[in-house]
Amino acid sequence: MEAFLAAAIVAAMPLLFATLGELLTEKSGSLNLGVEGMMLIGAVIGFITAYGTGSPGAALLGAFGAGAAGALIFAVVTVTLRGNQVVTGLTLTIFGSGFASFVGDPLIGKSVPKTVQAFFAPAPVPGLSEVPFIGPVFFRQDAFVYLGYALVVLISIYLYKTRPGLNMRAIGESTAAADASGVAIDFHKYAHILFGGGLCGLGGAYLALVYVPMWQADVVTGRGWIAVALVIFASWNPAKAFAGSFLFGALSILGFRLQSMGFHISQYLVDMFPYIATIAIVIISTHKNRKEDLPPADLSVPYFREER
Amino acid sequence: MADDVRPDVPAIEMRGISKAFGSAVANRDIDLTVRYGEIHALLGENGAGKSTLMNMLSGIYRPDSGSIFVGGREAVFAAPRDSIKRGIGMIHQHFKLVDVMTAWENIALGSAGGLLLNRKRISQEITELSDRYGLDIKPDRKVYEMSVGEKQTLEILKVLYRGARILIMDEPTAVLTPQEIGKLFAIIRNMKEQGCAIVIITHKLNEVMEVSDRITVLRRGEAIATVETACVEIPSLIEMMVGRRMDLSIKRPPCEGAEELLRVDGVTVTGKDRKSALDGISFTLHSHEILGVAGVAGSGQKELCETIAGLQAAEKGRIFFEGQNILGKSPRDIIRLGIRMGFIPEDRLGMGLVGSMDIVHNIILKEYQGQKGVVLRRGPSAQKAQRIVERLDILTPSIHTPVSRLSGGNIQKVLLGREIDSDPKVLITAYPVRGLDIGASYRIYDLLNEQKAKGVGIIFIGEDLDVLIELCDRILVLSGGCVTGELDGARASKEEVGFLMTGGAA
Repeated sequence: MEAFLAAAIVAAMPLLFATLGELLTEKSGSLNLGVEGMMLIGAVIGFITAYGTGSPGAALLGAFGAGAAGALIFAVVTVTLRGNQVVTGLTLTIFGSGFASFVGDPLIGKSVPKTVQAFFAPAPVPGLSEVPFIGPVFFRQDAFVYLGYALVVLISIYLYKTRPGLNMRAIGESTAAADASGVAIDFHKYAHILFGGGLCGLGGAYLALVYVPMWQADVVTGRGWIAVALVIFASWNPAKAFAGSFLFGALSILGFRLQSMGFHISQYLVDMFPYIATIAIVIISTHKNRKEDLPPADLSVPYFREER
Repeated sequence: MADDVRPDVPAIEMRGISKAFGSAVANRDIDLTVRYGEIHALLGENGAGKSTLMNMLSGIYRPDSGSIFVGGREAVFAAPRDSIKRGIGMIHQHFKLVDVMTAWENIALGSAGGLLLNRKRISQEITELSDRYGLDIKPDRKVYEMSVGEKQTLEILKVLYRGARILIMDEPTAVLTPQEIGKLFAIIRNMKEQGCAIVIITHKLNEVMEVSDRITVLRRGEAIATVETACVEIPSLIEMMVGRRMDLSIKRPPCEGAEELLRVDGVTVTGKDRKSALDGISFTLHSHEILGVAGVAGSGQKELCETIAGLQAAEKGRIFFEGQNILGKSPRDIIRLGIRMGFIPEDRLGMGLVGSMDIVHNIILKEYQGQKGVVLRRGPSAQKAQRIVERLDILTPSIHTPVSRLSGGNIQKVLLGREIDSDPKVLITAYPVRGLDIGASYRIYDLLNEQKAKGVGIIFIGEDLDVLIELCDRILVLSGGCVTGELDGARASKEEVGFLMTGGAA
């Protein structure tokens, strides 16, 4: 059981990073459906940087920067040029998958350098890893996972306890109110779209650097879309995003575990688990009643100050 | 930082301000001076350019030409935050508050300070400030739980918290009950005594006379005059606003031969948030009668209209029309019986008309069912459109212009004209004069009285109590989805209606 849950955490990480990234983007009022694309861009650039430099730090930076660069396209089109967010996001996804196959083609089958693999090897946290049950599940993981934990805590504090967090939430809820209160709208939108894109890039990089430390085409396989659904499942709350990612991580490896325990389940059925759960979540989440659990009221609404 | 207050220097001086939206000129060469320690009313009809002018002071719009001086120093506002820095605070007609946030979060929004939010300190500052100005607010209350009056208090506090000495209020009384208006005026006078400059945008003459020190009248984007309130009378203000003399009394011809037309019996409707939107509503409507419905916005007016028109399912109750229960019938059947509804929502185009279609097609929308065959016949509807345009003096380049290009008043005339032209037996009009200028409003009242004389039973849902009291034969007051009273229009007083609007308990 412990081994299963520990593996679920690992499977959850790409989802967690992407979900947190999309959560920040949506909280500031932008619906970026390019998560899948940004994850792919982050994955391929992260892998190339790791392959070329052998430096884990450079790989992380590269993946983050690449995700943010993908998000920059979205930000310029939707914030500055006020283009349609849904169309732009979908285009970014298509662009990202094309970009990753094109740039990644010569790398197919190549492995992540040993130095990078060693850096992302599981490293037990002294003390905490000895706590029964909790330790083996949560604290005998790799550095990337610990970064994920830290992000959940930091983003929660940022959103609910800091001034910039308040300002950005206000933009997502009522851009006009935030504007009239003197909040710099475009600056905040850009900042959060870019940072969110960077996190999506890291999510993709986790898949290419740690999860499967080898480049293969289509490494993300729809996880970006699951992340978009997870943001809804999490009611735009970082702690719930962690719970949701954990649940989906578990679902995605459940079939494999069941098969290895001797249950005969069709592989096709097994592969469907996370996607069926995604559809279920979207249906269930239409029945939310608390105002605080609803999407940001101005999500995906373009803002023109002088509009009458 | 906010400019120092020097009594000899005007708080605001606007010189030669012009602003156009596309080809429509909203402000033309306007001069305006506002002093510290005065309440300055900006008076004008809808579309006169009042809000546009003030939005340039608050940094929402940028003037095409002209200059603005705040406390004697020139100011250029690229965004609202520049205006806030110079000590200007604007309270918009449609409140700019974040619904899911608390009062203190809304107040802290956009304000300067450290990275971390200190809830305790901010709450304490809010309490001190509200004590000083005699305001009443609970810092931890969420905006969506607040009444309209509370929201407005919050908007005022938000502006004061930023240290604003110049306060602009856009139609502050539009959504308030008479009691709340009294409170608001006390607050404004208090702020004036503390040396603030206050600009109130309004088109309500009684309020201007009651609260202001000076008045600037705008008409069609131009400043007509600035006068001392003490030296002016209402008729001359109207002349400045409208450009001609007008008799502002509304006729109420006596009704004769009234028979029961519609009987609403214990209707209960559950709203979106699972609370009762209508709770056991009962009343009757007679022919030859205008029945007014008063209530604070959101008291169940919309649900009432929609239930009678068949657009909203009711949980309990019956609605009798000429002896048969129409509750549960489809909107199409109800229209066929002769019940027509014209609902003017806040955004005007939201319900009833399709903005991108022309007048003819908007008429066909309600007529095509009567036609035979698959192909629409435009001829009869075009004739009808021409007739409505002529009868109601609708200003439009042609009957083939998309209705969204018409001015608000003309859009409303199209909507009402279409319903009236179908010779209804019951006519439901909600906010038919919302956003109309004085002349157009009186034309609509006359139209309603014409219908009444013909024997139509009219349900008139209104917001202006003066109008309700003058026009309607009876007034039904709604509060929180319940009928809290039914008054005789000829004998009702504003205070009485206002008291019932707040549930008869405030």
